[in-house]
Amino acid sequence: MTDSNHIIESAADNHIHRDDIGAKMGMWLFLFTEILLFGGLFLVYAVYRFQYPDQFHIAGMDLSTAIGTINTIILLTSSLTVALSITALQKQNKSLSIIMLSLTISLAILFMINKYFEWSGKFSAGIYPGSEDLLSRHNGEILFFGLYFVMTGLHALHVLVGIVLLSIILGMVVNKKITYDYTVKLENSGLYWHLVDLIWIFLFPLFYLIQ
Amino acid sequence: MAHTEKKHHITPYSTYIIVWLALVIFTSITVTVAGISLGTYTLLVALFIAAIKSALVINIFMHIKFDESIFKVFLILSGTTLFVIFLLTFFDFLYR
Repeated sequence: MTDSNHIIESAADNHIHRDDIGAKMGMWLFLFTEILLFGGLFLVYAVYRFQYPDQFHIAGMDLSTAIGTINTIILLTSSLTVALSITALQKQNKSLSIIMLSLTISLAILFMINKYFEWSGKFSAGIYPGSEDLLSRHNGEILFFGLYFVMTGLHALHVLVGIVLLSIILGMVVNKKITYDYTVKLENSGLYWHLVDLIWIFLFPLFYLIQ
Repeated sequence: MAHTEKKHHITPYSTYIIVWLALVIFTSITVTVAGISLGTYTLLVALFIAAIKSALVINIFMHIKFDESIFKVFLILSGTTLFVIFLLTFFDFLYR
């Protein structure tokens, strides 16, 4: 952390104890707990969709395919930029890496802005968990919107965490705490960000593409 | 650095851009298909395309294809676990 620390690290370049594979393995293990967390929610979705196919269909028509598609493209592009920032840093192109990371964070914020408009639109239409309008509907529709708010909400929470994480990582790249020969922290954050993208790849057709 | 024989595989920029293009194309396909009424197949097609997209993300973006094979083992293990959980739940649900 301190200057002296940094000098020691660079002086003992080849001898500092560091285990990149171990660090990545830890990250992957964490990602699996995330897959199981969302997997459980997808399971609940699957069972109720089979139980109430028509009501899921009706409720799904209320969601905007356009907003869902735009957010899909935004997340896919942010996944690209974070991947490019890793390659850039490995090729010792620090400024490109910084630009790509900043782009990723901007796209993540854009995603959240869209989400804000989407959700506030739903709220003003009287659709939010526990609202009278929602509770007067059929069971299947209540379940659909319950799952919609929980699953896309939990996903949005992950996006927010990603914004904080990537900002910290960006600071570390700028301050040379992350360098071309020591990119594992950037790579692990990238893995987290790709997982957020991956979950959205499934959320999108299941919620926004019911026609 | 000199001691780590097999140094990092660096994915070229172009690979990432091609994968991104493919992902965008698959997204537009899935949106288009959703507009056509295919009945029960709509969901199947959507999930099939989502599976292709996630395979691209996992293999290239998440670098699984070029990393230690232990990560692949992890991935298969957790994927299988999830699949079994789904299978058992639906077995219970459908034949209750």
